Amino acid sequence: MATEKGAEEGGLVFHPMDQFIVKPLFGDGPVGLFTITNVTLWMALAIAAVAALMILGTSRRAVIPSRTQSVAELAYGFIYKMVEDVAGKDALAFFPYIMTLFMFIVFANFLGLVPMAFTTTSHFAVTVVLALLVFVTVTIVGFVKNGAKFLGLFWVSSAPLALRPILAIIEIISYFVRPVSHSIRLAGNVMAGHAVIKVFAGFAAIAVVSPVSVVAITAMYGLEVLVSFIQAYVFTILTCVYLKDALHPSH
Amino acid sequence: MATETNAADAAQGAAAPGMPQLDFSNWDHQIFWLMVTLVVIYFVLSRIALPRIAAVLAERQGTITNDIAAADELKAKAVEAEEAYNKALADARAEAQRIISEAKAEIQTELDEATAKADAEIAEKTAEGEKKIAEIQASAMESVQVVAKDTAAEIVAALGGKADAKTVNAAVANRMKG
Amino acid sequence: MEGQLAHIGAGLAAIGSGAAAIGVGNVAGNFLAGALRNPSAAASQTATLFIGIAFAEALGIFSFLVALLLMFAV
Repeated sequence: MATEKGAEEGGLVFHPMDQFIVKPLFGDGPVGLFTITNVTLWMALAIAAVAALMILGTSRRAVIPSRTQSVAELAYGFIYKMVEDVAGKDALAFFPYIMTLFMFIVFANFLGLVPMAFTTTSHFAVTVVLALLVFVTVTIVGFVKNGAKFLGLFWVSSAPLALRPILAIIEIISYFVRPVSHSIRLAGNVMAGHAVIKVFAGFAAIAVVSPVSVVAITAMYGLEVLVSFIQAYVFTILTCVYLKDALHPSH
Repeated sequence: MATETNAADAAQGAAAPGMPQLDFSNWDHQIFWLMVTLVVIYFVLSRIALPRIAAVLAERQGTITNDIAAADELKAKAVEAEEAYNKALADARAEAQRIISEAKAEIQTELDEATAKADAEIAEKTAEGEKKIAEIQASAMESVQVVAKDTAAEIVAALGGKADAKTVNAAVANRMKG
Repeated sequence: MEGQLAHIGAGLAAIGSGAAAIGVGNVAGNFLAGALRNPSAAASQTATLFIGIAFAEALGIFSFLVALLLMFAV
């Protein structure tokens, strides 16, 4: 349909979603399980970026840190404090896991902002898996740590008795909506920002509008830098909140 | 990517719906590579990066604690030194005070001694002077007596009387007594 | 015809983004008002602020998603 629209409007061509197409890097074949595609490339770059920051940056183990090392320490301290403050001290066992999520999302988002880049976190396939991992982990941890008492999360004991079954249904629904909102929020934000930038870029084809378009792209880009970080932060802190529910289910 | 031709888009569009995100045919592919990525990042972080950063932070904390302890020690030393200095100052002041008062006392005693000596000398001199004056007076009296006797005797003789030395002497002495 | 109706539906769904914007503005504004009254408590509540914004925004993203689905997937 986007094609049709482009054709209808003549010179003005919008392909806001083309940037999200998964395609093989070598050859033109179908995308199989192990095909090397742009997904593979940008995920590998995310790994490389994480490794560069967290391993090469800290390789000198300096007591007085260099810039890269202090950024790595900042990230460490940021997530460590978040896990400790939000989810409690006993959640620190999950700190590497949460750190992994945060570092991956933050670097995937930022690498996606590189012009011509492919944004892995804009795909529901990626974010749904991330959210389901959190959901499954939280549910399992909740039942392992608290047993049947974990179900107390849905039984609001502070509410009047008559209301409790209704509240329980609402709580259960909201519990199962968590992974949905958790994943769609991240992918939706990233996708929306990139699509908007692309739409503005499409307007730049008209010479009169192009200065406005360039300014708008710049402004959106700045906003997207902010959103990239905030969405990673939100994803991480919601993970911590869910983890707190699993570890301390008392309402 | 915007430069892609419509033909390529059409080719893709045939395989995928308008939203590439909803093209479920490549989900297995993305999920596979995502799992690989997550596992690699997890091991990179949990095996290498996080313990290293934790160690560095702990070391820094230790260094800071040590430095603070050292600083505290130095501060205590500084306070000690200041106390010692103050004590030395106070000692010196007391010493100076003592020396001053001693000197004063010495001077006072010397002064007293000198005054007493001077007083004694003055008294001696006065006594001597008085004695001399008394001597001179006595000798003057004697002289006056001798002259008076002689004069009396002469006057008596001149008046035609015979001057008895004894009588003259007695009369003169009588007169001299007043 | 059906496709054009879908486009109209997409446009209507996009109104939801504006509603989410109102929600986010509400959250942020109230946070600011509270933070100005008690600045010392503000720092400890920034996480709550972001969670609130995230929840409000997620609903807007849902409507955006509906719009996208109507545009591209129907």
